Amino acid sequence: MTQRNLIEAINDALKLAMGEDERVMVMGEDVGRNGGVFRATDGLIERFGEERVVDTPLAEAGIVGTAIGLATYGQRPIAEIQFLGFSVQAFAQILLQAARIRVRSQGRFTCPLVIRAPFGGGVRGFELHGDALEAHFVHAPGLKVVAPATPYDAKGLLLASIDDPDPVIFLEPLRGYRAKREEVPDGRYTVPLGKAAVIRAGTDVTIVAWSAMVAVALEAAELLAEDGISAEVLDLRTLAPFDVKTIIDSVKKTGRAIVVHEAPRTAGVGAEIVATINDQALFWLEAPVMRVTGYDIVAFPLLEDFNLPSAVRIIQAAKTAMTT
Amino acid sequence: MTSTIQEQKNIRPPEPISVLAPDGLLQPGMHLEESPELLLALYRWMNFGRLFDTRLINLQRQGRLLTYAPIAGQEATQVACSLSLQTDDWLFGSYRDGLACVVHGLPAEHVALFFRGHPKAGMVPPQVNVFGQQIGIAEQIPHAVGVAWGMKLRRATSATLALFGDGATSEGAFHEGINFAGVMRAPVVLVCQNNGWAISVPRYKQTASETLAQKALAYGIPGRLVDGNDVIAMYRETQAALTRARNGEGPTLIEALTYRLGPHSTADDPRRYQSSAELTEWKDQRDPIMRLRICLEREGLWSEAQQTALDEELRAQIAQSITAALTEPVPDPETLFEQVYAEPSPQLLLQRAELLASLKQSQRGVTFP
Repeated sequence: MTQRNLIEAINDALKLAMGEDERVMVMGEDVGRNGGVFRATDGLIERFGEERVVDTPLAEAGIVGTAIGLATYGQRPIAEIQFLGFSVQAFAQILLQAARIRVRSQGRFTCPLVIRAPFGGGVRGFELHGDALEAHFVHAPGLKVVAPATPYDAKGLLLASIDDPDPVIFLEPLRGYRAKREEVPDGRYTVPLGKAAVIRAGTDVTIVAWSAMVAVALEAAELLAEDGISAEVLDLRTLAPFDVKTIIDSVKKTGRAIVVHEAPRTAGVGAEIVATINDQALFWLEAPVMRVTGYDIVAFPLLEDFNLPSAVRIIQAAKTAMTT
Repeated sequence: MTSTIQEQKNIRPPEPISVLAPDGLLQPGMHLEESPELLLALYRWMNFGRLFDTRLINLQRQGRLLTYAPIAGQEATQVACSLSLQTDDWLFGSYRDGLACVVHGLPAEHVALFFRGHPKAGMVPPQVNVFGQQIGIAEQIPHAVGVAWGMKLRRATSATLALFGDGATSEGAFHEGINFAGVMRAPVVLVCQNNGWAISVPRYKQTASETLAQKALAYGIPGRLVDGNDVIAMYRETQAALTRARNGEGPTLIEALTYRLGPHSTADDPRRYQSSAELTEWKDQRDPIMRLRICLEREGLWSEAQQTALDEELRAQIAQSITAALTEPVPDPETLFEQVYAEPSPQLLLQRAELLASLKQSQRGVTFP
């Protein structure tokens, strides 16, 4: 058991996975000699060598495309895309190739590939460095999408993602990389994909969030408690396939729900969650499900605070839901 | 000002590598080194390809295939490439490389199934290392490079070969893939079938490069310009490239000069953009099958009687594959929800139940062609 922040937890997971299975390899821009621009792959090249920790050319489609080949051949590549915004360069290979290797061949070929990328704002990052694109991946049949919020979950979910026989997009919270330290077990453990966590029990309103927004949701819940509103906070952890049961059980209990995400509102993952609640728990609702999200805009670094969901906006939404 | 018929610009590239001239005579200084068995195998497969192609076009016209992308004219390149491969080598082809796939072990019925739109088309039998008939242009190139890279990491002596067209060399995936191949020194042979056309866009509009082969130089790997209708030259060049790959010398780009005698697909009308003079020249004077036949007959290895017997045999073989493909039953719709993931997600299970309930409720039912 060691105190680790999220980036250290990721690094630990990679070390473990690579130590256990020589098929596991890491590839991407700056992941080798530099240890990754966020140090996620720090120390790996020294321990595992250049063949397994590869500094690739600057070419996202090439990184993902060759990683698909490696995975199909039987390696276990973990491709790093330096910032999620750049993954768009590789969309054809991610959405239309990696995701479909299994179904096209009816299982003869599979693609156990993990693509890791940080995303999210709140660090005055320049354009393309904070884009929250999870909806595009969730919308593509054949991909799994994982978004841990905590160091403990990051390590466990990454190990589970590496084990997973399907392609996984592993989204890391940029502003959460060093935000907090917590106890992370030293050995191997996994956190299952597809399972949300109820990280704060409550009775009045369900707040569903993931990645960096979980901390914001918790902050809002603390403040709501002072006003006598009991909020239940769900850390979704996996976005595709997401844990419908936990969400529905919670909403049936509280009767109110708020979904929080950084990504633009229209056609975001929040819309899918609202639709699911509509499908399965409409008559338990006391108020419409609300979404606290980024707007359908491109925010400039100096103005990003106006776009990112804040505890204030979540509290306002909760109070609206309570008085409807 | 614009005309519907595009003349191919008269660019003279460097002389392509050639052993067997278009008239069936050996080029000056060239000798036959290949065994009769090999030559006959190359010849047999090319004949198979032409007959199979004709049959599939007819089936599409009868409405029994959804569409078809003919390969007539490109037999030499495809057969030479695949016959050069060993069993452990992986082949990566496009939707127009069915012949190459069959030569490397894919049952012919899978090609017909592909154009039928049937899920079984992609179910490559175990031990057959054919990685699908890719529809996305050039998308297979990085895959071929990745698998080759994996082979190198595992110290395997196998290699990969990717087939793609002239149009594909304009796609980003080509450039990123070939660049990776060079950097990683991956044991991959990249074969560009320059058949002159990307649907209606002629080769000279794809790039200002004089040849496609010379693009290899930019990526630090050897590039070879070969007469793609000369099956012997193609076989020798592919063998040499595979040997280089196996010896750790890295990738090679081969540009095979050939011609698409048919339309892009059965939905295309090349009379709108192709000059009949050019088509006639390639058809009558540069046919890959005819030139090998002339050579074989000259060597005393072939005769009219043998041709008749071969045609009959191949027709019967093809008929069997077609029957198998056309009688393959359409799978139940619930199978659509399998193989999306290793195990269907809860969402997929719900959706499957929804579809089944809908079908059950519906009085009209669903029919399949």
